[in-house]
Amino acid sequence: MFGTSEKDKNGGKPCAAMENKLVEYLDGRARPAERRAVEEHLAGCAACNTRAEEFRALWISLDDLPEIVPSREFDASMRARIAAEPARRSFWDWMPSPRFAFAITALVVLSVWLSSGPRVVQSPSEMNQAIQANKISTEKDFGMIQDLPELENYDVISKFDALSELPGPPTTSTEDLKKETR
Amino acid sequence: MARTDVQLMLDVKAGDEQSFELLLRKYRTPLVNFLYRMVRNSAAAEDLAQEVFLRVYRARQEYAPSAKFTTWMFRIATNLALNSVRDNRHRQMEISIDQTGDNGEDEQPAMEVPDRTPTVEQELVARSRAELIMKAIHALPEKQRAAVLLHKFQEMDYDEIARVLECSESALKSLLFRAYETLRVELAPFVNNSARV
Repeated sequence: MFGTSEKDKNGGKPCAAMENKLVEYLDGRARPAERRAVEEHLAGCAACNTRAEEFRALWISLDDLPEIVPSREFDASMRARIAAEPARRSFWDWMPSPRFAFAITALVVLSVWLSSGPRVVQSPSEMNQAIQANKISTEKDFGMIQDLPELENYDVISKFDALSELPGPPTTSTEDLKKETR
Repeated sequence: MARTDVQLMLDVKAGDEQSFELLLRKYRTPLVNFLYRMVRNSAAAEDLAQEVFLRVYRARQEYAPSAKFTTWMFRIATNLALNSVRDNRHRQMEISIDQTGDNGEDEQPAMEVPDRTPTVEQELVARSRAELIMKAIHALPEKQRAAVLLHKFQEMDYDEIARVLECSESALKSLLFRAYETLRVELAPFVNNSARV
């Protein structure tokens, strides 16, 4: 905008050694050893010396920047935004309501009671008897299956005496049928 | 005995709303000024400052005093300001400080120049000077601008600013040097006059 204020001896370029030290030196936060090193450099380098002076002047100029004051609405608006924040839930808020807690507890007790009801405890001899009975029943069922081809044989069934004693099929005349259809 | 910021924040964490009020009163003006100089819009700066306080309030339960309170707060503020500038959200409603100087209409209700200049002419000179300084600061790259504002106006330590800007102290010093060098050139008329006095 305005260009450099003064032509530096080294063409306006800062000495590389000063880049990380000059600001710290000027604001008074440099360590004693670094401060001495900068002072020695400035004593022998007119360009850096000029720059240091102009940095100081710049900082004074920056102080002229006015401060703005937050508007009157700032605090009220801030309080409203804070008030609108959802309240943080405490540990007790996470606890269920007494009615819900009672229902859950009752359910748990009931399920425990049902699962721990009286069980039929069998002795080894009783268990053997039960196994044997089961085995006999299975053999009987299997025997019936073995006789199945006999039952399916027409000759055997037709000569079966018990079947011959059965009454014959009912005979209906054509006249009776006609009456039924009417 | 006055409580430190960390103690106040720990009290807020414990549920003391009054301590948050104290932090708000202490930092609202520096925060609004920092953000105003970052985004160059007073309404946007106030909005962002409120957002910073709101985030601090929301994070109260997770607050751990591992760093200075101001480092934490200005880190939030800087991130919000950089995002705001990059998103260009507030540019359209920006009321430029240099417009007020050109047309004589004061459209900055929050801008209050201290009453050190009794005459209108002196006031105009001061205002014009402030406009040029603001313009030069705003022309800096975002990170350099934040570094200058935190260093010059908030007077934060180098390690604090480095934490806020997430860079090394060495990188920060280099950043500051380049920023002040740019400002020295841009504001040469003020710098030369002052340096020669």
